Amino acid sequence: MTKAMTGAQMVVQALKDQGVEVVFGYPGGAVLPIYDEIFQQNDIRHVLVRHEQGAIHMAEGYARSTGKVGVALVTSGPGATNAVTGLVDALMDSIPIVVLSGQVPTFMIGTDGFQEADTVGITRPCTKHNWLVKDTAKLSEVIHQAFHVARSGRPGPVLIDIPKDVQFATSEYTPMPKAKVDHYQPRVKGDIEAITRMVEMLETAERPLFYTGGGVINSGNAASQLLREFVEATGFPITSTLMGLGAYPASGANWIGMLGMHGLYEANLAMHGCDLMLNIGARFDDRITGRIADFSPKSKKVHVDIDPSSINKVIRVDLSIVGDVAHVLEDALRIWKARGRKVNKDGLAKWWKQIKEWRAVDCLAFTNSDKVIKPQYALQRLEALTKGMDRYITTEVGQHQMWAAQFLGFEAPNRWMTSGGLGTMGYGLPASIGVQIAHPEALVINVAGEASWLMNMQEMGTAMQFRAPVKQFILNNERLGMVRQWQELLHGERYSSSWSESLPDFVKLAEAFGCKGIKCQDPKDLDDAIMEMIRYDGPVIFDCLVEKHENCFPMIPSGKPHNEMLLGNAETQGVIKAAGAVLV
Amino acid sequence: MSALNIKKGSTSHSAYDLRDSHEQLVVSHTLAVIVENEPGVLARVIGLFSARGYNIDSLTVAEVDHTGHRSRITIVTSGTPHVIDQVEKQLSRLVSVYAVHDLTAEGPCVQRELALFKVAGKGEHRIEALRLAEIFRAHVVDSTLESFIFEMTGTPEKIDSFADLMRPLGLRELARTGVAALSRGM
Repeated sequence: MTKAMTGAQMVVQALKDQGVEVVFGYPGGAVLPIYDEIFQQNDIRHVLVRHEQGAIHMAEGYARSTGKVGVALVTSGPGATNAVTGLVDALMDSIPIVVLSGQVPTFMIGTDGFQEADTVGITRPCTKHNWLVKDTAKLSEVIHQAFHVARSGRPGPVLIDIPKDVQFATSEYTPMPKAKVDHYQPRVKGDIEAITRMVEMLETAERPLFYTGGGVINSGNAASQLLREFVEATGFPITSTLMGLGAYPASGANWIGMLGMHGLYEANLAMHGCDLMLNIGARFDDRITGRIADFSPKSKKVHVDIDPSSINKVIRVDLSIVGDVAHVLEDALRIWKARGRKVNKDGLAKWWKQIKEWRAVDCLAFTNSDKVIKPQYALQRLEALTKGMDRYITTEVGQHQMWAAQFLGFEAPNRWMTSGGLGTMGYGLPASIGVQIAHPEALVINVAGEASWLMNMQEMGTAMQFRAPVKQFILNNERLGMVRQWQELLHGERYSSSWSESLPDFVKLAEAFGCKGIKCQDPKDLDDAIMEMIRYDGPVIFDCLVEKHENCFPMIPSGKPHNEMLLGNAETQGVIKAAGAVLV
Repeated sequence: MSALNIKKGSTSHSAYDLRDSHEQLVVSHTLAVIVENEPGVLARVIGLFSARGYNIDSLTVAEVDHTGHRSRITIVTSGTPHVIDQVEKQLSRLVSVYAVHDLTAEGPCVQRELALFKVAGKGEHRIEALRLAEIFRAHVVDSTLESFIFEMTGTPEKIDSFADLMRPLGLRELARTGVAALSRGM
């Protein structure tokens, strides 16, 4: 039995049918009918943000930490354009979100009406798919399709633009099971022949390596469980991209740390020296590969990815398997077990011996100080003092993000929210609120730099209003640290606009928002200050004044292969040539 | 450290450049893309080409299934084999795309394009244009005492050759539809 309702009622009904519990949004003229419906019900909670970019990052944090689809609601024109950065962020990191935007009424489209923007035109390359719904009769079906597209295959952001007259008009509601979604059905099962071939390869490999990415997290908990079983059973070493941290536990015996531009020495050298690379749900990003021509020159490469366009896009592989990580790993495990659980034991023993030698270099070592807090030390202490807690970490973008990835350990998937592909400064604070809304009892910490944090600091108002006790752990070096580091290494130490002048007093800022501010600058006080932050029942802005000129190592300079990484300041003189400097 | 000496355009030699030097061979492929005929679908397709730096040499589009609302977009693109492979996969990834056929890779195909030529001239030139039109099986669809419009259907190469011949004979305007293509046989 279909029911007649207004477009605005359909929106709320469709969201309920999709199991949506919370919507992050900001009202405006073109979405008033939807806000009116939200006002008249209690099933869906609305979180009022302070800027639409914040709404999208909150939806991302919510989605990434729960595995569900995040939802945001914005008005036309500036509401939609403010959402663009978040949409691209979600597109790059494959985060499933549905964004509903208001639009001027259909009869005004194209007249340069007040708060009119060509939202579907602007967001077409920023979304996995988008819709402009001009007919109320189609609205509910489109919303159901949108959720299907956002979560199916390689997940991503979708946007539905809804003109105001469509929200007011009445039509029949199409319930979820009747919505046509059949034509978009990405393949999830991998080709069995190819999977068998992969198993054959791993049975004989002397120096195999699992290289895993965000695809494992997106595939769901089953994928992480299967990955763990596979890694433990084969005894192969495993490294992961920034996006994949937590799929295999950091405390696991076979974990060799994150790889990439600021990845661990042992992980990068293992990538360079392996003879079989098993890429599970990663995409050979340029932060991972360094110089393409010298990328892992001696290895056979297997690539498991749900997105066929990822295969052979950057690195040519020897074997490709298109499918969902969990499905492929399940089949691979079954076939490998049936064939007698073979691995090359001698080769593997030598390989581990080599990896342990690399590990002995202790690439994350840093010179600590008893006078000033080193950022690495701050994160070591944060790790030690929060380990074992029900903890979620978000980050902003920059040095602190890389240090967080290096020094914090993730034992489970969906516990680490960071802007990887787009590198969006200002992501972490709103994302932490989205995570906290989804997990009200958990400890949610945003590891931030002061510059990134200021980009969306208005969202502290949202944290206060909705009682999200997020902890803002700001490693304050009064610098745009990563920019400064690159200027030191690449631009003759000319620090063009890379220091934070006129910073606010973060403690007073916290007080202004009505939350708690903590300032710490002496290493001796750090533990107590962190404990004070954790114990405080409410949002905290933690101003951790750290060493101003610390560089983030290890580092693979742009345009260099994995085996030419830098371990410390002493090695940095003149290593990056002009050809490398043009890269980002 | 000395000042950076980055030559203009040096980014084309980026270390991240994916094309191997031995694979610089540029090939032309004709793709048939079956899409849902919905607003913005063409923008999605051409937006993908411009966003990822692919070439469009020719593009035609029309609804071919009115009840199923399916359009067929025929695109002639050129690039290295690696780029062609990516073009096909990236197109397949669009939600509005039902199927992508690389007609060049799938076997022999028939390619046809329609063109209109406006040729103005008097005397010998006019007679010569008419004579050549007959050889090329072009039809006269408009005529004045000083001009013809010829209509011709053929491969892009045939249209190119006819245009080359008409140029010295007074070719004033040329309109081409772009390529439509079907694979041969079943």
